[in-house]
Amino acid sequence: MKKILRIISIILLIALVGIQFVPTERNQSDIEPKTDFLLVNNPPKNVSALLRESCYDCHSNNTDYPWYNKVQPITWFLEHHIKEGKSELNFNEWSNYSDRRKNSKLKSIINQIKDAEMPPASYTLIHREAIFSNSEKEVVLDYMKRIRDSLK
Amino acid sequence: MKKFKATLGILAIVLVTLTTMSCRDNKKEDSHDGMNSEMMDEGHHHDSAMNHDNMGTSTEMMDSHTQSSDAKQVVADYMTLKDALVADDNQKAQSAGKTLLNHLESFDVSKYSAQQQKELKDIVDDAKEHAEHISESPIAHQREHFKLLSKDITDMVAITGTETTLYQQFCPMYDGGSEWLSMNKEVKNPYYGSKMLNCGRVQKEIN
Repeated sequence: MKKILRIISIILLIALVGIQFVPTERNQSDIEPKTDFLLVNNPPKNVSALLRESCYDCHSNNTDYPWYNKVQPITWFLEHHIKEGKSELNFNEWSNYSDRRKNSKLKSIINQIKDAEMPPASYTLIHREAIFSNSEKEVVLDYMKRIRDSLK
Repeated sequence: MKKFKATLGILAIVLVTLTTMSCRDNKKEDSHDGMNSEMMDEGHHHDSAMNHDNMGTSTEMMDSHTQSSDAKQVVADYMTLKDALVADDNQKAQSAGKTLLNHLESFDVSKYSAQQQKELKDIVDDAKEHAEHISESPIAHQREHFKLLSKDITDMVAITGTETTLYQQFCPMYDGGSEWLSMNKEVKNPYYGSKMLNCGRVQKEIN
């Protein structure tokens, strides 16, 4: 029994060390593209600050990584989330979307913020500051509705 | 002590399988993404080539009353989806969303004029996203996307024309007023299903 335990621990240790060397993709970029939501729409400062804080880690090309991001398998978990987030909505690509898609995205943004589905619990668990207070929620929702109405 | 060892062993096995699994998952996604962007690239080349060839003649090629088989299929899929929502059938709506997504992906726009191609592409891109969400969501979320999808399909029909008469119907209660399309004059509400089956009215007949 002791032998088995030792073998298992060794395998586990090797695996854990081994996966640290698997190359990963980092979502970081210094360039603020001209197509970015904040550049195109130029919202008031408090709105841009809220969006950057609560949305941009997963919905843009630049993630402000937490310190533990380099430890596997956490890196994979984050990579997966960011990839999924960006494929649904990338604020950096905003003006590349057609008006039709902008309208759809805004509708989803509004619904999900309203229902507190965004930012998701798995994110706010650690990023407590990303949670919208009721008044912040109102500010963001009002702004998003204004943008949506300006499309029509 | 024995118990402790056993749990530790199980823990180890779980961790190893988890990590190997997430690794495999990642690879799958990568190849998938690669394929997608390739397909998109192809689409672009195709598109620009098309534009050059068709600039002058394409407008004559379109007759608003000959609906292409692709367009017909998309409308048929949309109707299957609508009926599933009317019946409050989440599973069926999911599979209808999947079918719709497949047919949207193979939608051929080359028969249309350059301007129409651009609009159709926008419509199809947007509709694909809604179909995808519908194919994997609970029913409340499906209905949210169905509203936006209905607008896409209505605008699509405005370009492709329709051989069968469609009825644009309207429910004033859902989300500040929402439209949908039906093949029957009789109102059966996809936004509420059995809760308010006959709520709504015919707004327009599309021929």
